[in-house]
Amino acid sequence: MAYSFPEEVLEHVFSFLCSDKDRNAVSLVCKSWYEIERWCRRRIFIGNCYSVTPDIVIRRFPKVRAMEMKGKPHFADFNLVPEGWGAYVYPWISAMSVAYPWLEEIKLKRMVVTDECLELISKSFKSFKVLVLSSCEGFTTDGLASIAANCRNLRELDLKESEVEDLSGHWLSHFPDHCTSLVSLNMSCLGSEVSFSALERLVGRCPNLKTLRLNRAVPLEKLPNLLSRAPQLVELGTGTYSSEFRVDIFSNLSEAFSVCKQLKGLSGLWDAIPAYLPAMYSVCPGLTSLNLSYATIQSPDLSKLVSQCPNLQRLWVLDYIEDSGLEALATSCKDLQELRVFPSDPFGAEPNVSLTEQGLVTVSEGCPKLQSVLYFCRQMSNAALVTIAKNRPNMIRFRLCIIEPQAPDYVTLEPLDTGFGAIVKSCKELRRLSLSGLLTDQVFEYIGTHAKKLEMLSIAFAGDSDLGLHHVLSGCESLRKLEIRDCPFGDKALLANAAKLETMRSLWMSSCSVSYGACKLLGQKMPRLNVEVIDERGPPESRPESCPVEKLYIYRTVAGRRIDMPDFIWTMDEDSALQHS
Amino acid sequence: MVDCKLDFEETELRLGLPGEKSINANYGKRGYSETVDLKLNLSSKEIGLDKTDLNENNLDKVKNCSNDSVKPPAAKAQVVGWPPVRSFRKNIMAVQKSGSNSEEVEKGTVGSAGASFVKVSVDGAPYLRKVDLKMYKTYHELSDALGKMFSSFTMSKCDSQGILDFMNESKLMDLLNGSDYVPTYEDKDGDWMLVGDVPWEMFVESCKRLRIMKGTEAIGLG
Repeated sequence: MAYSFPEEVLEHVFSFLCSDKDRNAVSLVCKSWYEIERWCRRRIFIGNCYSVTPDIVIRRFPKVRAMEMKGKPHFADFNLVPEGWGAYVYPWISAMSVAYPWLEEIKLKRMVVTDECLELISKSFKSFKVLVLSSCEGFTTDGLASIAANCRNLRELDLKESEVEDLSGHWLSHFPDHCTSLVSLNMSCLGSEVSFSALERLVGRCPNLKTLRLNRAVPLEKLPNLLSRAPQLVELGTGTYSSEFRVDIFSNLSEAFSVCKQLKGLSGLWDAIPAYLPAMYSVCPGLTSLNLSYATIQSPDLSKLVSQCPNLQRLWVLDYIEDSGLEALATSCKDLQELRVFPSDPFGAEPNVSLTEQGLVTVSEGCPKLQSVLYFCRQMSNAALVTIAKNRPNMIRFRLCIIEPQAPDYVTLEPLDTGFGAIVKSCKELRRLSLSGLLTDQVFEYIGTHAKKLEMLSIAFAGDSDLGLHHVLSGCESLRKLEIRDCPFGDKALLANAAKLETMRSLWMSSCSVSYGACKLLGQKMPRLNVEVIDERGPPESRPESCPVEKLYIYRTVAGRRIDMPDFIWTMDEDSALQHS
Repeated sequence: MVDCKLDFEETELRLGLPGEKSINANYGKRGYSETVDLKLNLSSKEIGLDKTDLNENNLDKVKNCSNDSVKPPAAKAQVVGWPPVRSFRKNIMAVQKSGSNSEEVEKGTVGSAGASFVKVSVDGAPYLRKVDLKMYKTYHELSDALGKMFSSFTMSKCDSQGILDFMNESKLMDLLNGSDYVPTYEDKDGDWMLVGDVPWEMFVESCKRLRIMKGTEAIGLG
């Protein structure tokens, strides 16, 4: 006789499970556990909005309170995905407005959000608390006004790098006087000036405000007004950090910073001028995160600044820091975990700063906890990469962008296969890798053989033949996302590894050599994949089957083919194969 | 397996402006005496990249093409989306060069570093593109970039029978007859203007979107 716990007990036990993986595992144990779990799942994460439909989600999980979803492929960030591709969130919001009246959180990345969506959100969900729009587009400041005006318990409004049509700064004034619930506000991507007095009052009446990221239009001399009203801030993004130098501004700023004893993260700092940097020295020892990627200050000042931050765990900075500044970083910041160095002049023909592979090598030597790197530079060598690999076997994210496509090892003029090979051999926990420079099929053999925990791989201008792609698809057991551009990979590797594609979230290939015929075949054979050809030259059937497609996006789905595609995308499936054969 | 060679005919799409001195004078704006001639040069050289045969040689071809072009671009010839820098990070250097110009700060459209993305539509093209005006310093640079962006809208040959792509016959005749395309833009006031009348910086400030119209439709603007 089987005894089982009452549902309530099981539900209580399940409530301690936060990760989707755990909950998914639980739901596979038996039918009753599946049922109990689905009624008590409160958070859902959908990595690809086209992998499932709103109806399917709602049917399975009727009591969701928080949803997170991603839309466009990552390469959309670099203009490789044409305008009008898709990722419209409206159908989701519309369905959820009926099914989830108690929805509290919506987090979206690379999706198209309209003012209509925002208004619907603001009116449909009475307990709405958190809205995070990361790299989204399609809405204006009018939509923000709806959110501000109608969401009575709004805690978080974060517009992280979204493209907002900025009609005016008036939206901020729509927060009613009785709104005191804000914990996090990030408006750094907006251009227009908001009413400063409205901002001041808002900040002043929200005692739980922990994160405030201003936009560039907020002048430096006004910053102390805000800081004095929110000394409890943990994360601050300043507005413009420049002004004609005046002693009174400086001392006000200095004093305001000194009151912020909880500050751990600092960003913004647009147009920063060296004269005002010392004003923030008082908060530097407490900083764990510093984003200087908009600060156009030069190496000596940068070195001085980072030397004041011994507890820094994350630094984002421009290549103005140069090798010398990275040396200072390596000396002073022994807790550093993440480093991102962005190019100040990505399209310049000649280097404008003295930042080389040496800077990264030095940091890899001096910072034992360094595990996450994004580094833009103009020269690299196998020797440097081998050294970095030896120094940092704990690396989990390694994204290197050598600015010149197919640049070889600048010392030996060889491909960089050996260097990246060393990285994957040594860094056994590597989850994300972006390659650049001159690379042959050999590097992919190394990756397929060693990168067993690799989940995301980005490839550009690399490889010699299908063998390269085959190594990756057949060897990388944990691969979820693969994005490839301008590589000579074609039909054979893709068709030979078709089954692999069902184990991944998505595959993007653009400017490669995959033929229309192969796409059709793949679409026909793999009903649980959407094989989408993006071609701006017109219908692929107007060209021979052997003609390569411009762009290809393949993803697993239970939703069937998309119904909202623009006219430059074609789904390859049985129907289309029949029509065009 | 027959490799598909994507050859492009030498096609030249001229965007000639009617700009004469007298017209500029009438507008009372700061006159621009040169006729700005936005040529979309669509020669096979410039398009270059044979997609069935991607190797180092071809990449060189792309690089060489850009060096050969008549008007050398101020910035290095760019491959779309490379280096992989997000748009709001692209103009840091340009902003710095211009100093702490308060106008730059005010403009602050998308993102903080003052990128200025506008939609571009070309009559007859199936979809729009976006271009960042702050990437360019002159009308000539913009015209080169647009030419590359829309270069696929030409006659193309696939296999030896010369099958034309999506362009239908009437559009083809237009191209062959060299009918003019006219570049226009929508300014801050919502008016549609001819490109080229005002100084470049003023154009960037006020341009909200671009439309390359067929000459026959642009008559009302002249």
